[in-house]
Amino acid sequence: MGKFLEILKRDLRLAFHQGTDSLIVVAFFTLTIALFPLGIGPDQEILKESSPAIIWVAALLASILSLNRMFETDYEDGSLELLCVQPITLEVAVIAKILGHWLTTALPLIVISPILGFFLNIPWEGYLGLLASLTLGTPCLSLIGSVGAALVLGARRGTPLLALLILPLYIPVLIFGVSAVDALIQGNSPQPHFFIIGGILLGGLALAPLATAAALRQAVE
Amino acid sequence: MNVWFSKFANPNRFLKVSSVIEPWATRFTFALFGVGLCFSLFISPPDYQQGETVRIMYVHVPSAWMALFCYTVMAICSGSYLIWKHPLASIIGKETAPIGACFTFLALATGSLWGQPMWGTWWVWDARLTSMLVLLFLYLGYIALQEAFDDRVRGSRAAAVIALVGFLNVPIIKFSVDWWNTLHQPASVFKMDGPSIHSSMLTPLFLMALAFKAYYIWLLLVRVRSELVAGKVTRWKQRKVAD
Repeated sequence: MGKFLEILKRDLRLAFHQGTDSLIVVAFFTLTIALFPLGIGPDQEILKESSPAIIWVAALLASILSLNRMFETDYEDGSLELLCVQPITLEVAVIAKILGHWLTTALPLIVISPILGFFLNIPWEGYLGLLASLTLGTPCLSLIGSVGAALVLGARRGTPLLALLILPLYIPVLIFGVSAVDALIQGNSPQPHFFIIGGILLGGLALAPLATAAALRQAVE
Repeated sequence: MNVWFSKFANPNRFLKVSSVIEPWATRFTFALFGVGLCFSLFISPPDYQQGETVRIMYVHVPSAWMALFCYTVMAICSGSYLIWKHPLASIIGKETAPIGACFTFLALATGSLWGQPMWGTWWVWDARLTSMLVLLFLYLGYIALQEAFDDRVRGSRAAAVIALVGFLNVPIIKFSVDWWNTLHQPASVFKMDGPSIHSSMLTPLFLMALAFKAYYIWLLLVRVRSELVAGKVTRWKQRKVAD
């Protein structure tokens, strides 16, 4: 547990010192969302209806953009090899890395999302749903994405390849995340959608670290 | 660890076995396609609702089956490659991927051609169609990841991991028509209470499915053989340069 916290603290400290990384992801997220009203036109009704989907799609893309940071720098400066020989199961270390990544890149998105929802004219009932679905859904994205981030280490054209590998796997989270918000806006129970996202989160928590650790081991071999 | 199929992991033994199977696979492919096409294009009756367009089904359904079958083969090969490190398993997985991707594309394209007159639209975003599209991207991702590394072994291993992760999608595709209310019709051949298709249409369907399978085996053996030969050529060239 001590090692787990140390790895987490190291990642947070690094992200804090190099601050711009989180900022870039937030800026990208905001900018992507700002593109939709410009493309669709300023029709309040259409924006209101599609705002949960727009925010979720932007969150997916921002997640892809931030993923290559998860292991890339550690891979380049050799600290990934040290991580693999630590007296801590690599799977547990991977969970610490994922948690660090989620805290530094996904949490800022969740914090800023109500403001962006405000710009997109999202109905009042949708705010809580949006926050809840993003809070439950973005850890799924970090978990699923970690597998891809570990697999493309050392590959040519890492980021586009990562998008091709991981975006298809993000689709269930997107579908149920948006459905949960829509259900709340329409006055239906969002519970089944939240249960499914929760299921994906638990399944991902159990399986993704195994696959990520396997990918990391063969990357440093 | 040794298991019974380990002895086939030897490329030379594989080549020997495959040289026996390959001509038969070729013959079966041509014979089954000949009979199957006769049945599906001429002998089987047009549907009372869909008319002649029902004949698209005899290509569409077998290619969709093959798309799932190929991915399953790929996942099994990837698993055994990661566990037992059989290079041949990796080659079979790698050579199956483009074939599976083509079958997936064929299933999507023929479904779209059938959907236009029947549903009135080329494409709907229902669960079955979307998950098949995801399958196509999983195939493409697998192929791209395999090619993305200078070190071939690295590429094979990374691709094997993503093949196993993506295998989660296969049951989703299979059961998507049962779990969600979709425009795509639910399963009508493999059901607990027997198929709900008349035998006059079931016969050409199964003939075509067998023809597709024989064609896959034929193509796979040719591809694996040429991959093994290509490997030999590369090694020979490297030896020559070294000398």
